[in-house]
Amino acid sequence: MFTIENYIMVDSLDEAYELNQSRSNVILGGIMWLKMSNRKIENAIDLSNLGLNTIEEDDDSFKIGCKCTLRELEVHQRLNDQFNGILRKSVEHIVGVQLRNGATIGGTIFSRFGFSDVLTALLALDSYVELYKGGIVSLEDFIAMRTDNDILVRIIIKKDNRKVSYSTLRKSSTDFPVLACAVAYKEDTWKAVLGARPGTAKAVEFNASKNPTKEDVDTFMEKIKENISFGANHLGSKEYRSILADVLVRRNIEEITSGGINEN
Amino acid sequence: MKINLWINDKAFESEVAPDTLLIDFLRANGFYSVKRGCETSNCGLCTVMMNGKPILSCSTLAARANGQDVTTIEGVQEEALEVGGFIADQGAEQCGFCSPGFIMNVISMKKELVDPSEEEIKKYLAGNLCRCTGYMGQARAIKNYLDSAKEE
Repeated sequence: MFTIENYIMVDSLDEAYELNQSRSNVILGGIMWLKMSNRKIENAIDLSNLGLNTIEEDDDSFKIGCKCTLRELEVHQRLNDQFNGILRKSVEHIVGVQLRNGATIGGTIFSRFGFSDVLTALLALDSYVELYKGGIVSLEDFIAMRTDNDILVRIIIKKDNRKVSYSTLRKSSTDFPVLACAVAYKEDTWKAVLGARPGTAKAVEFNASKNPTKEDVDTFMEKIKENISFGANHLGSKEYRSILADVLVRRNIEEITSGGINEN
Repeated sequence: MKINLWINDKAFESEVAPDTLLIDFLRANGFYSVKRGCETSNCGLCTVMMNGKPILSCSTLAARANGQDVTTIEGVQEEALEVGGFIADQGAEQCGFCSPGFIMNVISMKKELVDPSEEEIKKYLAGNLCRCTGYMGQARAIKNYLDSAKEE
Protein backbone atom coordinates (compact mmCIF):
# COMPACT_ATOMS: atom_id res chain seq x y z
CA MET A 1 0.00 0.00 0.00
CA PHE A 2 1.08 3.58 -0.63
CA THR A 3 2.63 5.81 2.00
CA ILE A 4 2.34 9.59 2.30
CA GLU A 5 4.84 11.74 4.14
CA ASN A 6 3.00 15.07 3.89
CA TYR A 7 -0.56 15.96 2.95
CA ILE A 8 -0.86 19.40 1.44
CA MET A 9 -4.14 21.15 0.80
CA VAL A 10 -3.01 23.74 -1.73
CA ASP A 11 -4.40 27.27 -2.01
CA SER A 12 -3.66 27.76 -5.69
CA LEU A 13 -3.00 25.86 -8.89
CA ASP A 14 0.38 27.57 -9.05
CA GLU A 15 1.35 26.05 -5.71
CA ALA A 16 0.06 22.65 -6.85
CA TYR A 17 2.00 22.88 -10.11
CA GLU A 18 5.25 23.79 -8.38
CA LEU A 19 4.89 20.90 -5.95
CA ASN A 20 3.92 18.50 -8.72
CA GLN A 21 7.24 18.99 -10.55
CA SER A 22 8.90 16.52 -8.20
CA ARG A 23 8.33 12.89 -9.16
CA SER A 24 7.91 11.93 -5.53
CA ASN A 25 4.84 14.16 -5.25
CA VAL A 26 1.35 13.28 -6.46
CA ILE A 27 -1.88 15.14 -7.13
CA LEU A 28 -4.68 13.22 -5.47
CA GLY A 29 -7.77 12.15 -7.36
CA GLY A 30 -10.12 9.69 -5.71
CA ILE A 31 -7.16 7.45 -4.64
CA MET A 32 -9.07 4.25 -5.53
CA TRP A 33 -6.10 2.98 -7.55
CA LEU A 34 -3.35 4.99 -5.94
CA LYS A 35 -3.98 3.43 -2.54
CA MET A 36 -3.38 -0.03 -3.95
CA SER A 37 0.03 0.92 -5.33
CA ASN A 38 3.33 0.77 -3.47
CA ARG A 39 4.20 4.38 -4.14
CA LYS A 40 6.13 6.24 -1.51
CA ILE A 41 4.70 9.73 -1.82
CA GLU A 42 6.55 12.64 -0.30
CA ASN A 43 3.85 15.27 -0.78
CA ALA A 44 0.25 14.34 -1.55
CA ILE A 45 -1.35 17.37 -3.18
CA ASP A 46 -5.06 17.95 -2.61
CA LEU A 47 -6.91 20.38 -4.91
CA SER A 48 -10.17 20.19 -2.95
CA ASN A 49 -10.06 23.84 -1.82
CA LEU A 50 -9.80 25.26 -5.32
CA GLY A 51 -13.48 25.12 -6.25
CA LEU A 52 -12.89 22.60 -9.02
CA ASN A 53 -15.85 20.42 -8.07
CA THR A 54 -18.46 22.14 -10.19
CA ILE A 55 -20.11 21.52 -13.56
CA GLU A 56 -20.69 24.82 -15.34
CA GLU A 57 -22.81 25.27 -18.42
CA ASP A 58 -22.84 28.14 -20.88
CA ASP A 59 -24.31 28.53 -24.37
CA ASP A 60 -21.50 26.59 -26.04
CA SER A 61 -20.19 24.05 -23.59
CA PHE A 62 -20.06 22.27 -20.27
CA LYS A 63 -16.99 22.80 -18.11
CA ILE A 64 -16.40 20.02 -15.62
CA GLY A 65 -13.94 20.68 -12.80
CA CYS A 66 -11.35 17.97 -12.24
CA LYS A 67 -12.61 17.31 -8.70
CA CYS A 68 -16.12 16.43 -9.87
CA THR A 69 -16.95 12.87 -9.00
CA LEU A 70 -18.22 10.26 -11.42
CA ARG A 71 -21.48 10.28 -9.48
CA GLU A 72 -21.88 14.01 -10.14
CA LEU A 73 -21.57 13.33 -13.86
CA GLU A 74 -24.08 10.52 -13.55
CA VAL A 75 -26.81 12.56 -11.90
CA HIS A 76 -26.31 15.91 -13.68
CA GLN A 77 -29.57 16.26 -15.57
CA ARG A 78 -28.55 18.93 -18.11
CA LEU A 79 -25.32 17.16 -19.00
CA ASN A 80 -27.14 13.93 -19.65
CA ASP A 81 -30.06 15.53 -21.46
CA GLN A 82 -27.59 17.17 -23.83
CA PHE A 83 -25.66 14.06 -24.78
CA ASN A 84 -28.28 11.31 -24.90
CA GLY A 85 -27.34 10.18 -21.39
CA ILE A 86 -24.03 8.67 -22.47
CA LEU A 87 -22.09 10.03 -19.49
CA ARG A 88 -24.59 8.41 -17.14
CA LYS A 89 -24.48 5.20 -19.14
CA SER A 90 -20.69 5.21 -19.12
CA VAL A 91 -20.33 5.45 -15.35
CA GLU A 92 -23.38 3.73 -13.88
CA HIS A 93 -21.81 0.27 -14.01
CA ILE A 94 -18.61 1.32 -12.29
CA VAL A 95 -18.71 -0.66 -9.01
CA GLY A 96 -21.22 1.24 -6.87
CA VAL A 97 -22.51 4.64 -5.84
CA GLN A 98 -19.99 4.83 -2.99
CA LEU A 99 -17.01 4.44 -5.28
CA ARG A 100 -18.46 6.88 -7.79
CA ASN A 101 -18.88 9.42 -4.98
CA GLY A 102 -15.11 9.23 -4.49
CA ALA A 103 -13.58 8.69 -7.93
CA THR A 104 -12.92 11.97 -9.74
CA ILE A 105 -13.13 12.79 -13.42
CA GLY A 106 -9.70 14.44 -13.26
CA GLY A 107 -8.03 11.37 -11.79
CA THR A 108 -9.74 9.09 -14.27
CA ILE A 109 -8.93 11.06 -17.41
CA PHE A 110 -5.42 12.18 -16.43
CA SER A 111 -4.49 8.53 -15.79
CA ARG A 112 -5.76 7.52 -19.26
CA PHE A 113 -6.88 4.17 -17.86
CA GLY A 114 -7.28 1.55 -20.58
CA PHE A 115 -10.42 0.17 -18.96
CA SER A 116 -12.03 3.60 -18.65
CA ASP A 117 -15.67 3.80 -19.61
CA VAL A 118 -15.88 7.54 -19.22
CA LEU A 119 -12.84 8.20 -21.41
CA THR A 120 -14.51 6.18 -24.17
CA ALA A 121 -17.71 8.22 -23.85
CA LEU A 122 -15.91 11.57 -23.74
CA LEU A 123 -13.89 10.77 -26.86
CA ALA A 124 -17.13 10.40 -28.80
CA LEU A 125 -18.04 13.96 -27.83
CA ASP A 126 -16.27 17.18 -28.82
CA SER A 127 -14.17 17.08 -25.65
CA TYR A 128 -11.12 19.02 -24.52
CA VAL A 129 -8.94 19.11 -21.45
CA GLU A 130 -7.78 22.34 -19.87
CA LEU A 131 -4.24 21.87 -18.58
CA TYR A 132 -2.76 24.40 -16.16
CA LYS A 133 0.36 25.05 -18.25
CA GLY A 134 -0.50 23.30 -21.49
CA GLY A 135 -3.74 25.19 -22.12
CA ILE A 136 -6.73 23.67 -23.85
CA VAL A 137 -6.05 20.60 -25.99
CA SER A 138 -8.42 18.14 -27.57
CA LEU A 139 -8.99 14.99 -25.54
CA GLU A 140 -7.78 12.91 -28.47
CA ASP A 141 -4.46 14.81 -28.53
CA PHE A 142 -4.21 14.63 -24.74
CA ILE A 143 -4.39 10.86 -24.59
CA ALA A 144 -1.68 10.66 -27.22
CA MET A 145 0.62 12.88 -25.11
CA ARG A 146 3.07 11.39 -22.65
CA THR A 147 2.02 11.67 -19.02
CA ASP A 148 3.77 14.72 -17.59
CA ASN A 149 3.62 16.90 -14.49
CA ASP A 150 0.97 19.30 -15.69
CA ILE A 151 -2.41 19.54 -13.98
CA LEU A 152 -5.72 18.65 -15.59
CA VAL A 153 -7.95 21.48 -14.41
CA ARG A 154 -11.18 20.95 -16.33
CA ILE A 155 -12.83 18.85 -18.99
CA ILE A 156 -14.68 20.89 -21.59
CA ILE A 157 -17.43 19.38 -23.72
CA LYS A 158 -18.69 21.46 -26.62
CA LYS A 159 -22.38 21.40 -27.41
CA ASP A 160 -22.50 20.66 -31.11
CA ASN A 161 -25.72 18.70 -31.37
CA ARG A 162 -24.02 15.49 -32.37
CA LYS A 163 -25.98 12.30 -31.82
CA VAL A 164 -24.25 9.78 -29.59
CA SER A 165 -24.75 6.32 -28.20
CA TYR A 166 -22.83 4.12 -25.77
CA SER A 167 -22.77 0.46 -24.89
CA THR A 168 -20.48 -2.04 -23.22
CA LEU A 169 -20.25 -5.74 -22.63
CA ARG A 170 -19.41 -6.90 -19.12
CA LYS A 171 -19.17 -10.35 -17.64
CA SER A 172 -20.89 -9.12 -14.52
CA SER A 173 -22.69 -5.83 -14.12
CA THR A 174 -20.13 -3.96 -11.99
CA ASP A 175 -16.97 -5.45 -13.47
CA PHE A 176 -14.59 -3.79 -15.93
CA PRO A 177 -15.93 -3.83 -19.46
CA VAL A 178 -14.72 -6.53 -21.83
CA LEU A 179 -15.18 -3.84 -24.46
CA ALA A 180 -16.65 -0.34 -24.36
CA CYS A 181 -18.03 1.38 -27.44
CA ALA A 182 -19.29 4.86 -28.17
CA VAL A 183 -20.53 6.11 -31.53
CA ALA A 184 -21.25 9.68 -32.60
CA TYR A 185 -22.77 11.21 -35.71
CA LYS A 186 -22.60 14.79 -36.92
CA GLU A 187 -22.91 16.30 -40.40
CA ASP A 188 -22.17 13.18 -42.43
CA THR A 189 -19.31 12.11 -40.19
CA TRP A 190 -19.49 9.03 -38.00
CA LYS A 191 -17.06 8.44 -35.19
CA ALA A 192 -16.59 5.14 -33.38
CA VAL A 193 -14.60 4.91 -30.14
CA LEU A 194 -13.53 1.60 -28.68
CA GLY A 195 -12.25 1.38 -25.12
CA ALA A 196 -11.07 -1.42 -22.86
CA ARG A 197 -9.45 -2.96 -25.96
CA PRO A 198 -7.85 -3.50 -23.33
CA GLY A 199 -5.64 -0.50 -24.18
CA THR A 200 -6.62 3.16 -23.97
CA ALA A 201 -9.69 4.08 -25.98
CA LYS A 202 -9.17 4.95 -29.63
CA ALA A 203 -11.38 6.67 -32.19
CA VAL A 204 -11.92 6.27 -35.93
CA GLU A 205 -13.97 8.52 -38.22
CA PHE A 206 -15.86 7.70 -41.39
CA ASN A 207 -17.92 9.77 -43.81
CA ALA A 208 -21.44 8.58 -44.49
CA SER A 209 -24.95 9.94 -44.38
CA LYS A 210 -27.18 9.85 -41.31
CA ASN A 211 -28.78 6.69 -42.65
CA PRO A 212 -25.79 4.66 -43.81
CA THR A 213 -26.32 1.67 -46.07
CA LYS A 214 -25.21 -1.80 -45.00
CA GLU A 215 -22.23 -1.38 -47.37
CA ASP A 216 -21.32 1.91 -45.68
CA VAL A 217 -21.35 0.26 -42.27
CA ASP A 218 -19.35 -2.72 -43.55
CA THR A 219 -16.72 -0.34 -44.94
CA PHE A 220 -16.68 1.57 -41.64
CA MET A 221 -16.11 -1.69 -39.78
CA GLU A 222 -13.20 -2.53 -42.07
CA LYS A 223 -11.69 0.88 -41.39
CA ILE A 224 -12.12 0.37 -37.65
CA LYS A 225 -10.37 -3.00 -37.78
CA GLU A 226 -7.53 -1.52 -39.84
CA ASN A 227 -6.97 1.32 -37.38
CA ILE A 228 -7.82 -0.08 -33.97
CA SER A 229 -6.02 -3.06 -32.56
CA PHE A 230 -7.43 -5.34 -29.90
CA GLY A 231 -5.60 -7.36 -27.31
CA ALA A 232 -6.22 -10.18 -24.87
CA ASN A 233 -6.48 -10.21 -21.09
CA HIS A 234 -8.36 -12.22 -18.46
CA LEU A 235 -11.68 -10.77 -19.63
CA GLY A 236 -11.47 -11.74 -23.27
CA SER A 237 -9.32 -12.68 -26.23
CA LYS A 238 -8.26 -10.46 -29.09
CA GLU A 239 -10.56 -12.34 -31.46
CA TYR A 240 -13.53 -12.07 -29.08
CA ARG A 241 -13.05 -8.32 -28.75
CA SER A 242 -12.81 -7.95 -32.50
CA ILE A 243 -16.16 -9.73 -32.94
CA LEU A 244 -17.68 -7.73 -30.10
CA ALA A 245 -16.53 -4.46 -31.66
CA ASP A 246 -18.47 -5.32 -34.79
CA VAL A 247 -21.64 -6.01 -32.79
CA LEU A 248 -21.40 -2.98 -30.49
CA VAL A 249 -20.59 -0.48 -33.24
CA ARG A 250 -23.49 -1.69 -35.42
CA ARG A 251 -25.82 -1.64 -32.42
CA ASN A 252 -24.82 1.93 -31.55
CA ILE A 253 -25.21 3.10 -35.14
CA GLU A 254 -28.68 1.57 -35.17
CA GLU A 255 -29.54 3.38 -31.95
CA ILE A 256 -28.59 6.70 -33.53
CA THR A 257 -30.33 6.08 -36.85
CA SER A 258 -33.50 4.94 -35.10
CA GLY A 259 -33.37 7.96 -32.78
CA GLY A 260 -33.88 5.68 -29.79
CA ILE A 261 -32.12 5.24 -26.52
CA ASN A 262 -30.73 1.80 -25.85
CA GLU A 263 -30.74 1.37 -22.08
CA ASN A 264 -28.60 -1.76 -22.24
CA MET B 1 -1.11 16.28 11.02
CA LYS B 2 -4.09 17.54 12.97
CA ILE B 3 -7.64 17.02 11.75
CA ASN B 4 -10.96 18.28 13.08
CA LEU B 5 -14.15 16.62 12.01
CA TRP B 6 -17.64 15.75 13.09
CA ILE B 7 -18.49 12.09 13.61
CA ASN B 8 -22.17 11.46 14.29
CA ASP B 9 -22.58 15.10 15.32
CA LYS B 10 -19.76 14.93 17.85
CA ALA B 11 -16.60 16.99 17.31
CA PHE B 12 -13.29 15.14 17.11
CA GLU B 13 -9.80 16.58 17.02
CA SER B 14 -6.95 14.22 16.38
CA GLU B 15 -3.38 13.79 15.19
CA VAL B 16 -3.19 11.39 12.24
CA ALA B 17 -0.50 10.22 9.86
CA PRO B 18 -1.13 11.72 6.37
CA ASP B 19 -1.75 8.27 4.89
CA THR B 20 -4.26 7.14 7.53
CA LEU B 21 -7.40 5.83 5.89
CA LEU B 22 -10.72 7.00 7.22
CA ILE B 23 -11.73 3.41 8.09
CA ASP B 24 -8.70 3.05 10.36
CA PHE B 25 -9.33 6.40 11.99
CA LEU B 26 -12.96 5.53 12.65
CA ARG B 27 -12.19 2.10 14.09
CA ALA B 28 -9.40 3.55 16.22
CA ASN B 29 -12.02 5.88 17.67
CA GLY B 30 -14.41 3.07 18.53
CA PHE B 31 -16.69 2.98 15.51
CA TYR B 32 -16.41 -0.78 15.05
CA SER B 33 -19.48 -1.02 12.80
CA VAL B 34 -17.21 0.11 9.96
CA LYS B 35 -15.88 -3.14 8.52
CA ARG B 36 -12.83 -3.82 6.41
CA GLY B 37 -13.64 -6.14 3.50
CA CYS B 38 -12.04 -6.27 0.08
CA GLU B 39 -9.69 -3.25 0.32
CA THR B 40 -10.08 -2.90 -3.44
CA SER B 41 -13.02 -0.48 -3.29
CA ASN B 42 -15.46 -3.16 -4.42
CA CYS B 43 -17.45 -4.60 -1.53
CA GLY B 44 -19.12 -1.65 0.22
CA LEU B 45 -18.57 -3.04 3.73
CA CYS B 46 -16.80 0.12 4.86
CA THR B 47 -19.58 2.49 3.70
CA VAL B 48 -20.06 5.63 5.78
CA MET B 49 -21.58 8.96 4.83
CA MET B 50 -19.54 12.08 4.34
CA ASN B 51 -21.67 15.21 4.24
CA GLY B 52 -24.67 12.93 3.67
CA LYS B 53 -23.24 11.01 0.70
CA PRO B 54 -22.22 7.35 0.90
CA ILE B 55 -18.49 6.85 0.45
CA LEU B 56 -15.95 4.08 0.92
CA SER B 57 -14.00 4.77 4.10
CA CYS B 58 -11.32 2.29 2.98
CA SER B 59 -10.61 4.52 -0.02
CA THR B 60 -10.77 7.91 1.67
CA LEU B 61 -7.93 9.53 3.54
CA ALA B 62 -8.74 10.65 7.07
CA ALA B 63 -7.07 13.92 6.11
CA ARG B 64 -9.76 14.47 3.51
CA ALA B 65 -12.41 14.25 6.22
CA ASN B 66 -10.90 17.30 7.90
CA GLY B 67 -13.70 19.80 8.48
CA GLN B 68 -16.32 17.37 7.19
CA ASP B 69 -19.34 15.67 8.67
CA VAL B 70 -18.98 11.88 8.87
CA THR B 71 -21.83 9.54 9.78
CA THR B 72 -21.46 5.88 10.71
CA ILE B 73 -24.27 3.49 11.52
CA GLU B 74 -23.87 4.41 15.19
CA GLY B 75 -25.13 7.87 14.23
CA VAL B 76 -28.33 6.65 12.59
CA GLN B 77 -29.20 3.91 15.05
CA GLU B 78 -32.95 4.34 15.01
CA GLU B 79 -33.26 4.18 11.24
CA ALA B 80 -30.66 1.40 11.03
CA LEU B 81 -32.62 -0.70 13.51
CA GLU B 82 -35.73 -0.24 11.43
CA VAL B 83 -33.98 -1.31 8.20
CA GLY B 84 -32.32 -4.18 10.08
CA GLY B 85 -35.72 -5.37 11.28
CA PHE B 86 -36.99 -5.66 7.71
CA ILE B 87 -33.84 -7.54 6.74
CA ALA B 88 -34.21 -9.92 9.69
CA ASP B 89 -37.87 -10.52 8.80
CA GLN B 90 -36.68 -11.94 5.48
CA GLY B 91 -33.89 -13.98 7.05
CA ALA B 92 -31.56 -11.91 4.91
CA GLU B 93 -29.05 -10.86 7.54
CA GLN B 94 -27.19 -14.22 7.49
CA CYS B 95 -23.69 -13.67 8.94
CA GLY B 96 -24.33 -9.93 9.23
CA PHE B 97 -20.84 -8.81 8.29
CA CYS B 98 -22.02 -6.79 5.28
CA SER B 99 -25.07 -5.38 7.09
CA PRO B 100 -23.65 -2.08 8.43
CA GLY B 101 -22.37 -0.99 4.99
CA PHE B 102 -25.49 -2.27 3.30
CA ILE B 103 -27.83 -0.47 5.71
CA MET B 104 -25.86 2.78 5.39
CA ASN B 105 -26.30 2.64 1.64
CA VAL B 106 -30.00 1.83 1.93
CA ILE B 107 -30.47 4.87 4.17
CA SER B 108 -28.51 7.01 1.68
CA MET B 109 -30.65 5.68 -1.16
CA LYS B 110 -33.87 6.52 0.66
CA LYS B 111 -32.67 10.09 1.09
CA GLU B 112 -31.50 10.47 -2.49
CA LEU B 113 -34.08 8.64 -4.62
CA VAL B 114 -37.78 9.37 -4.66
CA ASP B 115 -39.89 6.22 -4.98
CA PRO B 116 -37.16 4.18 -6.71
CA SER B 117 -38.07 1.32 -9.04
CA GLU B 118 -36.71 -2.17 -8.42
CA GLU B 119 -34.12 -1.56 -11.13
CA GLU B 120 -33.04 1.73 -9.54
CA ILE B 121 -32.74 0.03 -6.15
CA LYS B 122 -30.55 -2.71 -7.64
CA LYS B 123 -28.35 -0.13 -9.37
CA TYR B 124 -27.96 1.95 -6.21
CA LEU B 125 -27.03 -1.03 -4.07
CA ALA B 126 -24.78 -2.71 -6.65
CA GLY B 127 -21.71 -1.65 -4.69
CA ASN B 128 -22.65 -3.72 -1.63
CA LEU B 129 -21.58 -7.33 -1.88
CA CYS B 130 -22.93 -10.19 0.26
CA ARG B 131 -21.26 -13.59 0.26
CA CYS B 132 -24.06 -15.40 2.14
CA THR B 133 -27.26 -14.61 0.32
CA GLY B 134 -28.47 -14.39 -3.24
CA TYR B 135 -29.68 -10.83 -2.57
CA MET B 136 -33.33 -11.83 -2.98
CA GLY B 137 -34.01 -11.59 0.75
CA GLN B 138 -32.45 -8.14 0.89
CA ALA B 139 -34.42 -7.07 -2.18
CA ARG B 140 -37.69 -8.09 -0.50
CA ALA B 141 -36.62 -6.39 2.74
CA ILE B 142 -35.79 -3.10 1.01
CA LYS B 143 -39.08 -3.13 -0.88
CA ASN B 144 -40.99 -3.72 2.38
CA TYR B 145 -38.99 -1.02 4.14
CA LEU B 146 -39.65 1.56 1.42
CA ASP B 147 -43.33 0.59 1.21
CA SER B 148 -43.63 0.99 4.96
CA ALA B 149 -41.92 4.41 4.84
CA LYS B 150 -44.38 5.47 2.12
CA GLU B 151 -47.33 4.52 4.31
CA GLU B 152 -46.05 6.63 7.23
